[in-house]
Amino acid sequence: MADARARRWGDGLRSYGLIVGMWVRSTMAYRLSFVMMTAGNFAATALDFVAIAIMFSHVDALGGFSLPEVAFLYGTTSTAFGLADLALGNMDRLGRRVRDGTLDVLLTRPVPVLAQVAADRFALRRLGRLSQGVLLLAWSLTRLDVDWTPTAVALVPLMLVSGAVIFGAVFVAGAAFQFRADDASEIQNAFTYGGTTLLQYPPTVFATDLVRGVTFVVPLAFVNWLPALRVLGRDDPLRLPAWVDFASPLVALVCCVAAGLAWRTGLRSYRSTGS
Amino acid sequence: MRFGDDEGERGMRLYAAVAVGGFRRYATYRTATAAGVFTNTVFGFIVAYTYIALWNERPHLGGYDRSQALTFVWVSQALLACASLLGGGFQEELQDRIRSGDIAVDLYRPVDLQMWWLASDLGRALFQLLGRGVVPLAVGALAFELALPGDVVTWLSFLLSVLLGVVVSFALRYLVALCAFWLLDGSGVGTLSALLCMFFSGTLLPLNVFPGAFGEVARTLPWAAMLQVPVDVLLGRHHGAGLAVALAFQAAWAAVLLAAGRVLQSAATRKVVVQGG
Amino acid sequence: MDGFIELDDVRKVFDIRRRTGFLRRERHQVRAVDGISFSVPRGEMVGYIGPNGAGKSTTIKMLTGILTPSGGRLRVAGVDPSRDRTGLARRIGVVFGQRTTLWWDLPLRDSYGLVRRMYRVPEARYRANLERCVELLDLGGLLDVPVRQLSLGQRMRGDIAAALLHDPEVLYLDEPTIGLDVVSKAKVREFLREVNAERGTTVVLTTHDLTDIEQLCKRVMVIDHGRLVYDGGLDGLHAVGESERMLVVDLEHEIPPIAGVPGARTVKVEGPRQWLAFAATSSAAPIVAAVAGRYPLVDLSVREPDIEEVIARMYAERPTP
Repeated sequence: MADARARRWGDGLRSYGLIVGMWVRSTMAYRLSFVMMTAGNFAATALDFVAIAIMFSHVDALGGFSLPEVAFLYGTTSTAFGLADLALGNMDRLGRRVRDGTLDVLLTRPVPVLAQVAADRFALRRLGRLSQGVLLLAWSLTRLDVDWTPTAVALVPLMLVSGAVIFGAVFVAGAAFQFRADDASEIQNAFTYGGTTLLQYPPTVFATDLVRGVTFVVPLAFVNWLPALRVLGRDDPLRLPAWVDFASPLVALVCCVAAGLAWRTGLRSYRSTGS
Repeated sequence: MRFGDDEGERGMRLYAAVAVGGFRRYATYRTATAAGVFTNTVFGFIVAYTYIALWNERPHLGGYDRSQALTFVWVSQALLACASLLGGGFQEELQDRIRSGDIAVDLYRPVDLQMWWLASDLGRALFQLLGRGVVPLAVGALAFELALPGDVVTWLSFLLSVLLGVVVSFALRYLVALCAFWLLDGSGVGTLSALLCMFFSGTLLPLNVFPGAFGEVARTLPWAAMLQVPVDVLLGRHHGAGLAVALAFQAAWAAVLLAAGRVLQSAATRKVVVQGG
Repeated sequence: MDGFIELDDVRKVFDIRRRTGFLRRERHQVRAVDGISFSVPRGEMVGYIGPNGAGKSTTIKMLTGILTPSGGRLRVAGVDPSRDRTGLARRIGVVFGQRTTLWWDLPLRDSYGLVRRMYRVPEARYRANLERCVELLDLGGLLDVPVRQLSLGQRMRGDIAAALLHDPEVLYLDEPTIGLDVVSKAKVREFLREVNAERGTTVVLTTHDLTDIEQLCKRVMVIDHGRLVYDGGLDGLHAVGESERMLVVDLEHEIPPIAGVPGARTVKVEGPRQWLAFAATSSAAPIVAAVAGRYPLVDLSVREPDIEEVIARMYAERPTP
């Protein structure tokens, strides 16, 4: 049983890699276009930070946070989101595949549908967003005045990986929802693009109820806010116990299980209704 | 003379029908509309709180008080789909027709290509103003204190300004779409134009917050006509002659860009005729 | 149960919700497949036909495991497709006529490489299969051409090869010749015949082109309104449907409608061209001879009966349930 499950996971990852490889090669058939699109992707996401920089041309602190501190939040969420977006960002095309019937072709292959949908039209240009996030994170690290204890150092890669997994779970859950509502792809933008926009700013900026919502309902606060506040040596506005700052990997795991269940339910419902 | 009048009347009726078609078509995407409203509203909340933080630090930044800044947030979410501030609309469809060569058929039709797509896009914009605009603005007005005007004249001026903004937005996207006649892959130009639009329309940050000369230049570019001017009209920042100047600014950009579209269109037509499709 | 494909009273019911007013919705059920039973032995080649919306593709989707049946029993190679979809996927090949599975911007060879790895086809087996497909489908010069540069016929041949590289035991073909030119159609048919004879691959073919069925299948099943209305030989279908073929003759000049040819009647006249209908089960030769002997003939052609027409006629006679 566990053996079969492990084999399925291995199969899924292997096919994901195979399909991604095909898309990368397809992309390279139009090299110039790829370079332009990657640059565009980089610039589009960088403009977000330009807007923040313009804000800081008028003020010294936003919600009590300095520019390097905001850049740290921005860099961590953008890197985490960039990883998820690169790996799974095209899952929102599932609705289109349901509508035009091409999902059926994927269902006739001997590899997990999730892997095929996740790799669908893999867009290497999304390295633009990712590299933008990484650059800003690196810049903020050189500017931050932080006590780099071993704990703080360990928290940075931990939150990047957990954050990417949490965002990945949101992509999967969003796609699962499209089995039911095949033209509702925009809903998930509220949680993905909206989520990363939210997390670019300090939690002190937002109403407490909103912070509570993204901590307990859609646990985006675990992507960077909670661990990052610990790194920056600040209290979280909800005054949660200290161990919560280290709970991101656990939350990421729970999100994966929930997203996996949503996916299975969605696929099963598609196969019984053929909607 | 009479013949010409009939022709004109028939033309008007045709374009009206095309506009109605554009409206109806988007009206059928109910789930997509609801999903869009949800997302616009969520973004509205996120951006609103960041602006509150900013205006708490710097009251009267860019000449706005806090409620005016919040009004900017919610009106920009309400106009996001209507004025295609993040791109979209007819552009992809037109580019597909150009790439597949179907455009040759369109060019031989007894209707004007630019006017046909403009009519269709205006129909779409009207639907998205109602379908995607009203709810987010109402939610914003309930959740925050907005500086919405109480008099009918300001609202009417705002609607006129939105109309002009949509025309400018259309004219720009039409120019970009026509590039597909010359470029094998138009997605690069599309991305670039979407970027410029997102930044210079004020969608990320109001243009009056942009610093110094950079801000002054940004406020004279065509993208300013798409969001910044309509919001300022709604906020009552233009009165009397000032209002006329603001609307004239939009109308001028609309005229210039539509004319540029016609020039490009006739060049494209010649290219199609010469190459035979 | 000794068939390779076994269906016993298989049903598929869809719940359709339709908006009737601003908020009002109407729910009703559509029986897309309404109790179908048949059995196909290993190695048989069957035609599965019926008008659009008859339940053809729903059946194929249940056979491939895409859709779960609402009721009845269904087995392919002893396996319940909906329960072990991915396991069965290795043993079946599917070609959807209008949806290519090839990679648009990459050489044809790359698409095949992906199939090899996805289906874990042993290298030697893969090479032998590819070689055979290339030979029979005439793909030799095309392997290094990006798919987007292939013609429709070349692409379809490429798609069919892709579906056979992993040695499937059964092949489902949905409109494999739609839109193809005469030469490509002939090549595809010839290939399917070879595969069926050589490897004993079971083939289920849905098509609108009666010639496909005529040249490939001894057995044909007709479905309409979710029910199997005919299962048997092609001749029987013509007899049941009373279908007619059409002899079109071009004469030297306009004459009154041709009359007195035994077994044929003139159904249409258009200037010097006339249309003569005769039973699909009888030979055209005596009719052609009779016309040619008596009238100034310039040119002639025989038109096969349209499958839709045959089925429509079957339906006109059968009271709807």
